[in-house]
Amino acid sequence: MDAVQTAIVERVAEQHRHHAKGQFFWVWGALLVITAIEVYLGYQNMQPVRMLSILMGLSIIKAALIIAYFMHMKFEVTRMRWLTMASLVFCLAMMCVFFPDAFRILHLAVR
Amino acid sequence: MSDVAVQHGLTGAYEPSLFGTYSKKIGMWLFLLSDSLTFGALLYAYSYGRISNPSWPTPFHSSSIINATFMTAFLLTSSLTMVLAVRASVDHKPKQQMWFLLATMLCGTAFVVLHGREWSHLISEGLSLPVFPSVPGAEASPEFVNVTRDVPQFPATFFGLTGMHMLHVTLGVIYLGVIAFRKKFIPVLLLLWLVAWLGTPAYSPFHYGAHVLLVAAIVCTVILWLKPKLYDSSDVEVAGLYWHFVDLVWMFIFPLVYLMSTRIL
Repeated sequence: MDAVQTAIVERVAEQHRHHAKGQFFWVWGALLVITAIEVYLGYQNMQPVRMLSILMGLSIIKAALIIAYFMHMKFEVTRMRWLTMASLVFCLAMMCVFFPDAFRILHLAVR
Repeated sequence: MSDVAVQHGLTGAYEPSLFGTYSKKIGMWLFLLSDSLTFGALLYAYSYGRISNPSWPTPFHSSSIINATFMTAFLLTSSLTMVLAVRASVDHKPKQQMWFLLATMLCGTAFVVLHGREWSHLISEGLSLPVFPSVPGAEASPEFVNVTRDVPQFPATFFGLTGMHMLHVTLGVIYLGVIAFRKKFIPVLLLLWLVAWLGTPAYSPFHYGAHVLLVAAIVCTVILWLKPKLYDSSDVEVAGLYWHFVDLVWMFIFPLVYLMSTRIL
């Protein structure tokens, strides 16, 4: 590793040292609690679409917690945060283009 | 051609990182972004099948949900120990770092073992793929046999998605093993390969899947032989990014595949 990279690594390590360890336990606890809520919902006889919406909402919250705290994204520079997350969300959202076709098959009752 | 002469060899010239971090980390983020599209495609394929098929099965009984909940808890706990390993590495506490990495690996291994047990159970019950050999002497349940026959998209997407994730967790455990123990991990990996290969019956998909460990042992040996080094905090952090990503993906697989396909009797 060259001197510039070593300097950046040391700076990033210094950032890590400033984060309180307690926040990781809080995030872990929150993730476990949300998981427990999800499992509880799994045992309820809810309408599939409603249940899917709630479960996906909770999953996105869990994902945000993991990315922000465990993957350190909250503490990265703004440019890094926006470029990575915006490109990811854009690409995944583009995949939704297939869903209308799934509904078309359902309505045509093609087997 | 440009007329401007560029001066080279300026020692000590500092070029700030565009993303405020080191190259290895940016490289891992780029890999994770591309890998998230792989899992995104698999999750979308599963969802497409589910939407387009009105007779999509809901085969997971309470025992499967409890099993998957424990798997989730293991993964979440492994993420906590991983982040503590990163912290120990930046605090220059190698002993603590090693123990936290070991704890992460154990949680990951527990996840793979529980998942493997569940796969074996489902396959023996009759939920299978054409490439899986039939289980001799097993009494298949009509419910699962019907699912395999009438909705083959279900086992295809289920085993494809969860198998890909299981492979990622396995490779993650190996990655962490190399970071934590370097060359000393290779014999352990070979031992695990022998146990997984000889300890599973010939009809199990894990009998052949165990060879992933052998391939990984060869690749890791070559890497450690070509570039032996002491792994520093940046290597631990980059490995941690990969591990958290594996955890993150499961946060979508668990509700979408398991909780949305629950049949509570």
